[in-house]
Amino acid sequence: MTDKAQTEVIKESSMLKQKEMIAANYDKITDKVELGLKVSSTFVPGNLNELVMCFGMVNNLPEINCIQRAMKKLSGNMIQDAEKLGHSEDVCTYVKADIGAMGKGNIAPNGKPFPDPDLLMLSYTGCFTFLKWFELLREQYPNSETVMLHIPYEGDGVVTQNMRDYVVKQLKEDVIPAYERVSGVKFDIDRLREYLKQSAKAEDDLVWVLQTGKKRPSPIDAFFGGVYYIGPMFTAFRGTVDAVDYYQLLRGEIQERIDLGLGPVTPEGDMPEEKYRLVTEGPPNWTSFRDFWKMFYEDGAVCVASTYTKVGGVYDFGFRHDPDHPLETLADYCMGCYTNLNLPQRIDMIVNYMEEYEADGLVINSIKSCNSFSAGQLLMLREIEKRTGKPGAFIETDLVDPRYFSPANVKNRLESYFQMIEQKRQGASQAA
Amino acid sequence: MSVNEIITRCEQLFEDLSFSSAVAWKEEKPGRKVVGYMPVYVPREIIHAAGMLPVGILGGGDALEVIHGDAYYQSYICRIPRSTVELGVTKRLDFVDGMLFPSICDVIRNLSGIWKIMFPHVYSRYFDVPQNFSDDVGGVFYTGELEELKRGLEKLGDCKITDDDLRRSTALYNENRRLVNEVYAFRTKQPWKAPSSEIYLLMRAGMVLPVEEHTRILEDYLAAAEDEERRVRDNCRVILHGAFCEQPPLNLIKSIELSGCYIIDDDFMLVTRWLLDQVPLEGDPLHNLSQAFIHRSMDMAAKYEPDGAKKGRFLVDLVREKKAEGVIFAAPSFCDPALLDRPMLTNLLDAEEIPYIAFQYAENSGQMQPIREQAGTFADSIKLWS
Repeated sequence: MTDKAQTEVIKESSMLKQKEMIAANYDKITDKVELGLKVSSTFVPGNLNELVMCFGMVNNLPEINCIQRAMKKLSGNMIQDAEKLGHSEDVCTYVKADIGAMGKGNIAPNGKPFPDPDLLMLSYTGCFTFLKWFELLREQYPNSETVMLHIPYEGDGVVTQNMRDYVVKQLKEDVIPAYERVSGVKFDIDRLREYLKQSAKAEDDLVWVLQTGKKRPSPIDAFFGGVYYIGPMFTAFRGTVDAVDYYQLLRGEIQERIDLGLGPVTPEGDMPEEKYRLVTEGPPNWTSFRDFWKMFYEDGAVCVASTYTKVGGVYDFGFRHDPDHPLETLADYCMGCYTNLNLPQRIDMIVNYMEEYEADGLVINSIKSCNSFSAGQLLMLREIEKRTGKPGAFIETDLVDPRYFSPANVKNRLESYFQMIEQKRQGASQAA
Repeated sequence: MSVNEIITRCEQLFEDLSFSSAVAWKEEKPGRKVVGYMPVYVPREIIHAAGMLPVGILGGGDALEVIHGDAYYQSYICRIPRSTVELGVTKRLDFVDGMLFPSICDVIRNLSGIWKIMFPHVYSRYFDVPQNFSDDVGGVFYTGELEELKRGLEKLGDCKITDDDLRRSTALYNENRRLVNEVYAFRTKQPWKAPSSEIYLLMRAGMVLPVEEHTRILEDYLAAAEDEERRVRDNCRVILHGAFCEQPPLNLIKSIELSGCYIIDDDFMLVTRWLLDQVPLEGDPLHNLSQAFIHRSMDMAAKYEPDGAKKGRFLVDLVREKKAEGVIFAAPSFCDPALLDRPMLTNLLDAEEIPYIAFQYAENSGQMQPIREQAGTFADSIKLWS
């Protein structure tokens, strides 16, 4: 489906509410001077939104900005501009899209230019490239302060007290003082506790929504639809009453779908018959997001669980932000983000999903420019197939570089994969 | 020994993908253990203090045909992890009891998890280093990580590592580092007497030999090279930067030098010179190693520079200090640290009017003609216009 042929896209109330929330946040960012606000930029994994709000600052997420540009088909040229400036073809396309956007006026989705951020919050969580991205942005914004929060990797699959103490100390000695300095607002730990209470409420509802993927039919698509569900949680709204309201609204919508026995909503309406239940690993492609999604739903394939919806925080294994231990909980949140988990943990998570969500198979969308996700995925595929007995599919695309999305290739692989699942089913039923 | 004899020995060690010398070391005494480590830096002192042999694992190079390893990695990921997996799958690393994966990038990071799955009987540890350089924050964290590494090695070796063991090992690596720096200084001063291909092989030998033996080789080389009569060439003095993980083929280093450049400094095998000073021997040895890392260690792409104004200055300072005439950025394809860092470094070199060129390689690159042409043109341009 091309943009030209696109029919009216179906959007639910929660999607419309989220759109308003996002638009309002972008207005705050671009109009910061008029509104007397300060802007902090950070990353989705390790996004300490509650802490940012303690200082009255507005949260800006460059990854989300890149996603917005990609979905509007703007990122391709930006990436090529960055490459002309000397950025390698081999590196993360989020970074290049962001750098390239600056050369085109750095325009926000509301049509106004992004201002220079007041603080670059380098939350180095689960991705090496983040370190370099904000070093590159630091060059572009010489008047912005940069503060490092190094999140240790769960190399052995556990969080040690040494790791936790390290993060908490950085928060106390570097991050909070930086925010106080830039915002002029004194840190109030009770204010943080209040935000964390709201976060926990919203997290309960998000998990409820994600776990409805266990039902048959699944009322949600936990990958394509899931990127909308995680929006408020992973961006500028976790800890707000708005987010709590959003997730309650979303929960109500999903409950209604369950009551009516409906599958997930797609851009073209309710998904017809659920034929294939899949778990997905990896981020989606953003430049051809709708076309990519259609390749699934038009064949009755629904994603019942995904790892991408854990990239900004893992909540469905019990973690909740804990207002009684505010700084420790921020540390644990960061260390628990999906790409900060080691490969055995990631495999265990996916195997759990395959079993708990009664999936027919696993689809790995391997992203060319994201080593954090991609390095090791071929082993993950084989391990998960071995442990679950379910087949896996491996497709290769990219985040925001349209040159690396080959629709015919992807569609061909998916169709073959769905046929394979069908054949296995038929073989199993004949054997029975 | 003559230079030729020393380098021939080093080259044999370099070409030996079965790591025979390390295997022989292990078999010499029952109960001995070997701990492999990947780039860029691990505290080899602690491994040595456990009575174990640290062995640098730098991939398989251009002599290793990767068949199995390619099944583990997509085409857009560098070659070092796939050739390292190849070494493992083909049993060449069966003698390795532990593997350390330093925090250099996400590929090596995730390889630590791959190793845990593929070789569950091997002690595999992701070695995290701080990006915070305050004593009471990053320093405390890092000391804790060193203590955890020490405990892990004690369990692996069923031994106890005492403070005195650590001090003795620290002293040995201090001496080794002193001599590595002396070799590098010798090359900087008289590059015609110390071709980089020889220096490279000397350092590679240090990846597989016991530190005591490597130190002797360095001493022998310095004495022999000083006496060796070698023709001075009209070469440009360049610094090679970006090759700190996946190593270039030896022929690439030779090609650069054949094309009219003296490589007077490089960032191959940074583990040999990572700590800038002699580590103190008095007091708590792990605390001393931690302090050395926090306050006096090298700058490179995977290490955060908190002061934006200082970012990349180490390279400019190196150019000035070594009286280099230019920089060659040589990075492996798909190397996030080197390639993401490069625009910041080239911006700085442009501002300082230091000439540079850049190219990419893989550890098994075979076509050297383009490298020779590029480096040769660079050398000519420096001679004509600098």
